[in-house]
Amino acid sequence: MLELKGVTYKIPGEDKEIIKGVDLTFEQGKFYAITGPNGGGKTSLAKLIMGIYKPSSGSITFKGEDITNLEINERSKKGIGYAFQYPPRFKGLRVIDLLQLASEIEERKVVRGYLRQVGLCPEDYLDRDADASLSGGEMKRIEIATLLGKNPEFTIYDEPDAGVDLWSFDLLLNVIKQKHEKEGLTTVLISHQERILELVDEIVLIVGGKIQDVGTKERIWPIIKDVVGCQWYKVCRGDVEDEAECRR
Amino acid sequence: MKLSAVDKKILQEVASLHDVPQGAYNIRKDGEGISRKSTENIEIQVKKDNPGIDIIVKPGTKNESVHIPVLVTRTGINDLVYNTFEIGEEADVTVVAGCGIHNTGSEEARHDGIHTIYVRKGARLRYVEKHYGEGEGTGSNILNPKTIIEIEEGGMAEMELVQIRGVDHTVRVTEANLYKNASLIMIERLLTHGDQVAKSDVIVNLLGEDSFTQVTSRTVAQENSEQVFYPRVIAKAKSRGYVECDSIIMDKARVRSVPEIAAYHAEAELTHEAAIGKIAGEQMLKLMSLGLSEKEAVEKILEGFLR
Ligand SMILES: Nc1ncnc2c1ncn2[C@@H]1O[C@H](COP(=O)(O)OP(=O)(O)O)[C@@H](O)[C@H]1O
Ligand SMILES: [Mg+2]
Repeated sequence: MLELKGVTYKIPGEDKEIIKGVDLTFEQGKFYAITGPNGGGKTSLAKLIMGIYKPSSGSITFKGEDITNLEINERSKKGIGYAFQYPPRFKGLRVIDLLQLASEIEERKVVRGYLRQVGLCPEDYLDRDADASLSGGEMKRIEIATLLGKNPEFTIYDEPDAGVDLWSFDLLLNVIKQKHEKEGLTTVLISHQERILELVDEIVLIVGGKIQDVGTKERIWPIIKDVVGCQWYKVCRGDVEDEAECRR
Repeated sequence: MKLSAVDKKILQEVASLHDVPQGAYNIRKDGEGISRKSTENIEIQVKKDNPGIDIIVKPGTKNESVHIPVLVTRTGINDLVYNTFEIGEEADVTVVAGCGIHNTGSEEARHDGIHTIYVRKGARLRYVEKHYGEGEGTGSNILNPKTIIEIEEGGMAEMELVQIRGVDHTVRVTEANLYKNASLIMIERLLTHGDQVAKSDVIVNLLGEDSFTQVTSRTVAQENSEQVFYPRVIAKAKSRGYVECDSIIMDKARVRSVPEIAAYHAEAELTHEAAIGKIAGEQMLKLMSLGLSEKEAVEKILEGFLR
């Protein structure tokens, strides 16, 4: 459904490549997790898919169409969605404004439902400004609610668990999963949570801007626990010869 | 009295009116009063010494409104008017002022409104003033409002001053004196573009014990326009004041914000905040990822900011 071929991304004006030759295919209807250490390139990969970053080289296709040069809003219209890791706040735009902008159906009654699904009481939130008065966790849930309203065929949720309390998070996860299954969507969760990794069909492991591996939890989990920790240490220290040593 | 299509359009812009308003009103067009109505509790009289009107709200009048729109529809008009408002004790009313200019000619069209408002003991006033300009002409639209407001003991005023597009040159002066337990909440919303210039001088004197004010400006400066703000709060009693200026700057615009707070009493509490910046990139990206074009995203962000 969505395919990246040899995608590389360099920060403009800098030499450093933060995404290095990524080849990756997301299949229609599957549930994915992208995981890896902080700074591994998860968010950058999501931004490349959404069009927020433009690849330095390589190409991206969506449903067979080359979208490498499409703008963010054009990709959005084609059915790609991205829930930000750090959703921005807006002075003067209310929660209801964001929900109405996102949803196909703008009725108050309908957008209320999206808030309820993410565990926020619509009466308390709809008319509030989506500004700095909202906590991080509230903002994350509103962000997810807008994506529920938008209902893209392909959605990446960037660390939806960050800042959200455990109880609410179970609810969020259920909502995303149910929607995924019921509507045959393609869903990607960026996360470190073992619970999420257990839930998905496939895990993409990204380290140092490269795809380290793709597979089921049985396959990826040991690598995460073991090799990644060690490799990361090696990359960072640059002086560890023996993997066994660094695992100790 | 019959209103033309242009008149109606301006009334809609400055006072959200489709036709002659309900309640008390005075409509001034091209330098003359063209229609006026008093009600049992709100009397509007023509001034004898100067051009302008006296608006007298009887004590205890509740939930009534007064509309006093000014229309300037001819080029070359230079209209100066003095209005005095007397909001009687314990009254609770809304005043919708506002001026719209439709200038199709090459000369200036100008309206200078000088308003003096007395909010008597325990009265509440909501005051909305909208400025608007249009017309294909090359002549400038100029509006220079001056407002002096006295708020007596326990009185309260909320003032909303709005100017979105169309006014080429404006110098706004607002002066408020607050006595015991009085409060004033003032918000100014402004969008300038083209070569427009807008200046606003606000001075709030907190004279009485436990008086309170909050002065906010939210502005957007586009293209080649220029804005200057001097909001000042001066506390001479145990009182509280808060000044906030927040501007979005775009293109080649210039914005100066100079909030000032001054305390002449040890129990005064005053704060100010001022910010000028461009539209946050992340906000643009977020709205575009929801499907808005770049232009639509800018409009949404500005619309919200100025709401
Ligand atoms: N706009 C940017 N400017 C500079 N460095 C960036 C930028 N975006 C990402 N990076 C860097 O690229 C690396 C990958 O970042 P990111 O994709 O956010 O990682 P992750 O989401 O996996 O934690 C990090 O080292 C980060 O500091
Ligand atoms: Mg990230």
